[in-house]
Amino acid sequence: MYRIVKKTSLNDTVTMMDIYAPSVAKKAQAGQFIILRVDGDGERIPLTVAGFDRAAGTVKIIFQVVGGTTMRLNAKNEGECLCDFVGPLGCATKTVGLKKVCIVGGGVGCAIALPVAQKLYSLGAEVHSVIGFRTKELVILEKEFADCSDKLTVMTDDGSYGRQGVVTLPLKEAIDSGENYDEVIAIGPLIMMKFVVATTKPYNIPTTVSMNPIMIDGTGMCGGCRLTVGGQTKFACIDGPDFNGFEVDFDEAMARSDTYRAFEQKERENCNLFKKEIK
Amino acid sequence: MTVSERHDMPVQDAKVRARNFEEVALGYSPDVAIAEAQRCLNCKNAPCVSGCPVNISIPRFIGKIKQGDFEGAYSVISESSSLPAVCGRVCPQETQCESKCVRGIKSQSVAIGRLERFAADWHNANAETEICVPVSNGHAVAVVGSGPSGLACAGDLAKKGYKVTIFEALHTAGGVLVYGIPEFRLPKAIVEKEVETLKRYGVEIKTNTVIGKTLTVDELFEDGYEAVFIGSGAGLPRFMGIKGESLKGVYSANEYLTRVNLMKAYEANSQTPVMRAKNVAVVGGGNVAMDAARTAMRLGADNVYIIYRRSMDELPARKEEVEHAQEEGVKFEILRNPVEILGYNNAEDRRDVKNGFVRAINVRRCELGEPDERGRRKPVEVAGSEYDIEVDCVIMAIGTSPNPLIKNSTEGLAVNGRGGIVVEEQSGKTSKQGVYAGGDAVTGAATVILAMGAGKTAATAIDEYLSSEE
Repeated sequence: MYRIVKKTSLNDTVTMMDIYAPSVAKKAQAGQFIILRVDGDGERIPLTVAGFDRAAGTVKIIFQVVGGTTMRLNAKNEGECLCDFVGPLGCATKTVGLKKVCIVGGGVGCAIALPVAQKLYSLGAEVHSVIGFRTKELVILEKEFADCSDKLTVMTDDGSYGRQGVVTLPLKEAIDSGENYDEVIAIGPLIMMKFVVATTKPYNIPTTVSMNPIMIDGTGMCGGCRLTVGGQTKFACIDGPDFNGFEVDFDEAMARSDTYRAFEQKERENCNLFKKEIK
Repeated sequence: MTVSERHDMPVQDAKVRARNFEEVALGYSPDVAIAEAQRCLNCKNAPCVSGCPVNISIPRFIGKIKQGDFEGAYSVISESSSLPAVCGRVCPQETQCESKCVRGIKSQSVAIGRLERFAADWHNANAETEICVPVSNGHAVAVVGSGPSGLACAGDLAKKGYKVTIFEALHTAGGVLVYGIPEFRLPKAIVEKEVETLKRYGVEIKTNTVIGKTLTVDELFEDGYEAVFIGSGAGLPRFMGIKGESLKGVYSANEYLTRVNLMKAYEANSQTPVMRAKNVAVVGGGNVAMDAARTAMRLGADNVYIIYRRSMDELPARKEEVEHAQEEGVKFEILRNPVEILGYNNAEDRRDVKNGFVRAINVRRCELGEPDERGRRKPVEVAGSEYDIEVDCVIMAIGTSPNPLIKNSTEGLAVNGRGGIVVEEQSGKTSKQGVYAGGDAVTGAATVILAMGAGKTAATAIDEYLSSEE
C-alpha cells in the first residue's frame, strides 16, 4: 500500500499529492510517469511524475478530476493509502546539451512541465516559461515556475490574470524578437501542443511534446497507448512519453483520447460529488 | 460404449455459455475418470511421455486413477509439473502426449489432458497440499515475472531451500494466466491457488515492480540475489500496418483481453471500460484470437468474425478451441486478408459521436499457393476480390514482439535478431553470468507448458550453478 503523505488542493479541480513510494522515488526523473490504482477493483491510470523527494521516499503527482478514477483518487485524504503505485515508467526528458529552452505548459500539464523546467534550470540552462490557463481561478504553480525560470509569462484565455490570449502568442513573439531557443518543450492539452508545433515548425526549432494517451499496463504489453509518430506506430509507455512534436499525428491522438467519453460521462452522472464539486 | 471410445468432456451448453464467463468444460466425474483411465494400455515404452514437454509419467498417474487413488495420481503429476490444474486445461495435448498415444492409431487416444485436470481438481477440492518448507540453504534467487515460467522456476527452487523473490510488473501475480487466458477457459481461482501454494513454500511476490525500470537486473545482484531468472513474457503487440488501425474500436488482443480478464471489465460495475461491440472482427487464427472472439461473444456481440488468411486446416489454434468457438457462434472468414479498416466520418456533422469509430473492415480473398519453408501453404491474394464486412470493433491477434525493457537496461545480455533473449537450450543460461531466462521472453509467443518446462529447466541449472560455487 502506498500512503498519501500530503494532499494539497491547487484549485477547484486540481489536486497535488505526495505518495510514499521509495522505490519509485529513488529512480524517478522528470518526464517519466507512474501508474496507480486507487482501490482493489480500480482502473489503472497513468500520471506523469510532478516531482520527487528521494530522501523522503515520496513522489509528487498532480491530477485534474476528469473521470471516475480521478474522482475516487481525489476523495482520498492524507494518511490513507493507494492500492497500487508502479514506476517510474517511460523515458526521462532529454536535457543534454540544451542551453536555452522555452517551456510551454498548459493547464494541469504545467504540473508535468515544472520538473522539466526545474531540471534544466538546475543544469544551468536559460529557461523561459510560458504557462497558460483558462481563467484566473485555475492558475497553478506560478511561484514554482518563477523560481526556476529566467523569464515567466502567465497567460489566461479570458485575460482575468496575466496576459490575455493563448500560449503560442508570447512564444511566437519571443522567437520573432530573436530569442534563439535550442528547443521548445510543450506539455499540455493535445490541441495546445498541436498549435505550439505549428508555431515552431516554420522556424524549425526542435520541439518536444509529452503524450499522455490511454494506457493499461504501461510496460509495453497492451498497445493501447499507440500513436503514429513519423508515420510509424509507437508506444508512449516504452518509446515515450516524449516525442518529436513535428512527427506526432495529433489529430489521430485527439480522436483516440475520447474513446471512452460515453463511459466517463456515465461515471460523472452517477456521482453526486462530481455534480457538486466539478463545474 | 466400447472401451475404445473416448469419454466426452461434459460442457456448458453452447448457447448458454456463449453469454457467460463461467468455465466451459465442466470436468470428468470420478466414475468417468476411472472408465477413461481404463482405456490406457500402459504401454511399456510409454510413447505419450515423449510427447510431454515436461515428461510427466503419464501411464503411472493414469494407473493411480484406475485404482481410484486420485491423490496418488496428483502426486505423480506433481513430480514433473508445477501447474497441473492449469496445464490440464490449456495444454495442446492433441499435438503433444495424446498425439503419441497408441490407442490413437486405430481409434481415439486416451484423454490424458482431461485425466490430468481431473486429478488436479480432485486434489484442489479434497486434499490439503502438505507443505514441507525445506531448510534454507542460504541462497537467494530473483525471478522476473510471475507467469508460468516464473512460477515453475520459483516453485522448484523454493522446494530446494532457496529464498526466492518474484518481481511482477502488474498488480496481480499470474502473468498471462491472469491477464490473457479468459476466465471461461482457466478460472482465476485456480491460478490464485497455485500462487498461494508457492507463498506457503516461502516464495515472496513483489507486485508493482518493473524490472528494467523500478529495478535493474544488475541492482538485483547488488541487493544480494545470486542468480536471476527472466520470465518476463512476450511483449509488444504487433499490428498489420494497414490504414485505419488507429481508429477508435481497434484493439490489440492483449489490450482487449487485459481489460476483460485482469481488469474485469465484463462485470457490470467495473471501473475499467471496454467496448461492448455488436459486430466484431478478430484478425488472426491462434489461441489468442479464439480467446478474443469468444470473449467478444460473451460481451454481447451479435456477430463475431475470425479473419484468417489461410484455411481451416492451417489455423494455429487448438482444435478444441476452434470447435468451441464455432459452437458458440463465432463465424470463420477464412482465406481473407484485411486491406483496410474503415471509420465513420460524418462530414456534415463533425460532432457526430460516431466519428472516428470503426464501421467496417475491408478484406481481400486469398487462395492457397505453394508451401513455404515450414511446409504451410502460402496465402495468395486474389486481385479485385475486396469487400467490406460491417463491424464496430476490430481486434488484432497477430502476435507480439519481445519487450525491450530488460534488454535495454541490462548490459551483457545477448538477444537475437527478433529481440528474444539468447539462451542455452538445455539450461536456460544467458550470455550474462548468473542470469537465466525462459518462456516467451526467449521463444516469442508459445505455450504455457513450454514456458513452465523452461522455468523448471532453469531452476535445475540455477541449483547446479549455485551449489557448485560452494
